[in-house]
Amino acid sequence: MMDTNIDLTLSALKHIHNMTESVYTSKQLIDKTIKNLHLQDSKLNAYITILDEYAFERSIAMDEKINRGEELPLAGVPIAVKDMLAFKGYPTTAGSRTLENFIPTFNSTVVEKLINAGAVIIGKTSCDEFAMGSSNEHAFTGPVHNPWNLDCVPGGSSGGSAATVAARGVPLSVGTDTGGSIRQPASFNGIYGLKPTYGRVSRYGVVAFASSLEQVGPMAYNIHDLALLLSVIAGHDPKDSTTLNEVVPDYHTSLDQGIKGMKIAVPDNIYDGANKIMQSKINAALEIFKNNGAEITEGISIPSWESALPAYYLIAPSEASANLSRYDGFRYGQSSVEYSDLWQRLENTRGLGFGKEVKRRILLGTYALSAGYYDQYYKKALKLRTMIKNDFKKIFNDYDFIMTPTTPAPAFKIGERITNPLEMYMSDYYTLPINIAGNPAISIPCGFIDDLPVGLQIIGKDLEEQKLLQCAAVYEKETTWNQEIPSF
Amino acid sequence: MALSKQDIEYVAKLARIKLTSKESEELTEQLSVCLDYFEMINAIDTSNIEPTSQANNLVNVTREDVVNENMSVDDVLKNAPEHFEGFIRIPKVID
Repeated sequence: MMDTNIDLTLSALKHIHNMTESVYTSKQLIDKTIKNLHLQDSKLNAYITILDEYAFERSIAMDEKINRGEELPLAGVPIAVKDMLAFKGYPTTAGSRTLENFIPTFNSTVVEKLINAGAVIIGKTSCDEFAMGSSNEHAFTGPVHNPWNLDCVPGGSSGGSAATVAARGVPLSVGTDTGGSIRQPASFNGIYGLKPTYGRVSRYGVVAFASSLEQVGPMAYNIHDLALLLSVIAGHDPKDSTTLNEVVPDYHTSLDQGIKGMKIAVPDNIYDGANKIMQSKINAALEIFKNNGAEITEGISIPSWESALPAYYLIAPSEASANLSRYDGFRYGQSSVEYSDLWQRLENTRGLGFGKEVKRRILLGTYALSAGYYDQYYKKALKLRTMIKNDFKKIFNDYDFIMTPTTPAPAFKIGERITNPLEMYMSDYYTLPINIAGNPAISIPCGFIDDLPVGLQIIGKDLEEQKLLQCAAVYEKETTWNQEIPSF
Repeated sequence: MALSKQDIEYVAKLARIKLTSKESEELTEQLSVCLDYFEMINAIDTSNIEPTSQANNLVNVTREDVVNENMSVDDVLKNAPEHFEGFIRIPKVID
């Protein structure tokens, strides 16, 4: 078959099937994917690095494996990886000028797993600098554009990973989620994004931002693809002592078990401050779950939810201020050449290398941890975290899922919130509490408001990603939102 | 406002980040807005609540003290702005 006939809107599983059946080769698929990515990226700016040469060579090697009959779960499939994950020998910038020329000397565990699974890493996607942001306007390579409306943000911080999947540039991508950074952009782009349980996926080799909150997770436009990718990247890792030593199910092979008899909790007051049409979108989705045998209880009270935003914006910046102290410009990274002594070089290096949002968060965190404010801010936030965790635990004693919108409204315009941090932080209102509690959650496309996609967030019990995926699969069967493709 | 420009400059000093005067002014205003909003947490009674610093309950995960594969020194030094005879070079620390 001529490679021009390859349909780039197919799912990863369909591509795998077609390559196994020799309908086309990985080389042909990758060739067409890369040409398409370059065209798309002149409008989206979703990539910091596109790995043309690496991907070509890799696809040839994968074709050999496929021809030999080797069974690899992602053999020959193109995948994009957020530029927060170290990839040995290739630039890994975290969206920061500080790391513009940094070449990792080792692979992150997730990258290693993708390589072992036969995936072809086709590029490193843009993200807000050090994953701090909700709009992907804070990368040193400039803002990423939303394929549904190029004037809008794709969300963040995994905006590049979301935009390129929505545009059908690649069927799969990897993001990181510290306060909603997978789910919020997934929602803004009309795709699936899952934040696994804290400890489900290794963070070894992931540029650290807020270590008690962040997880690596999959993004895709097909629920079976999403499940397959989670199966590949999840699992215990001796190199990350926070990973859980629990068996990883084959998520993608048991998606059709339905949700009969499962219990869904819908919190009260969740539409306060949300777009007026959001409620009808969520209600329509709930109706589908009800028709499939789930029991829905509305008006569930989660009193601590309101405190999650301040708690998050004290805990995450505090951890960031400690994690980012490593950027001294001595061992790696950009370094100032103008200085009279060591301290001045440090201050100049960090002053030049970090962007606005990163400075904001480091200073906020340093303040919250500084003498005299530690108890008032940081310790208080950790106590609020206990209350949030307890509230979630209580609800999950009686229910299988909590459902909310993923975001209060669809994507906003580029530049609209960049000078108002608090307003920007509010777009993560629904997603932040989940990172604080550690539970898994998925965003699934559930319709459009003003021609922009919006998402439904499904939150589950610890380590019950399987149920989240089953629930999403039920919804995918009865709707076509995930099949909508942006033209741009 | 919750913060003064002097507060921001002091915290920037602690964090070892050089700010321009314009940046200090912007950050003073923006972080004051955030801290004002965070005031709401003072109204929440947490007197009988223990702090939680991590989301799962793992404690003291250890491993055997064995030598594993290491990174090559040459590769690591490629990322260092200045190095000399296998060492990273930095300005003098103690006078």
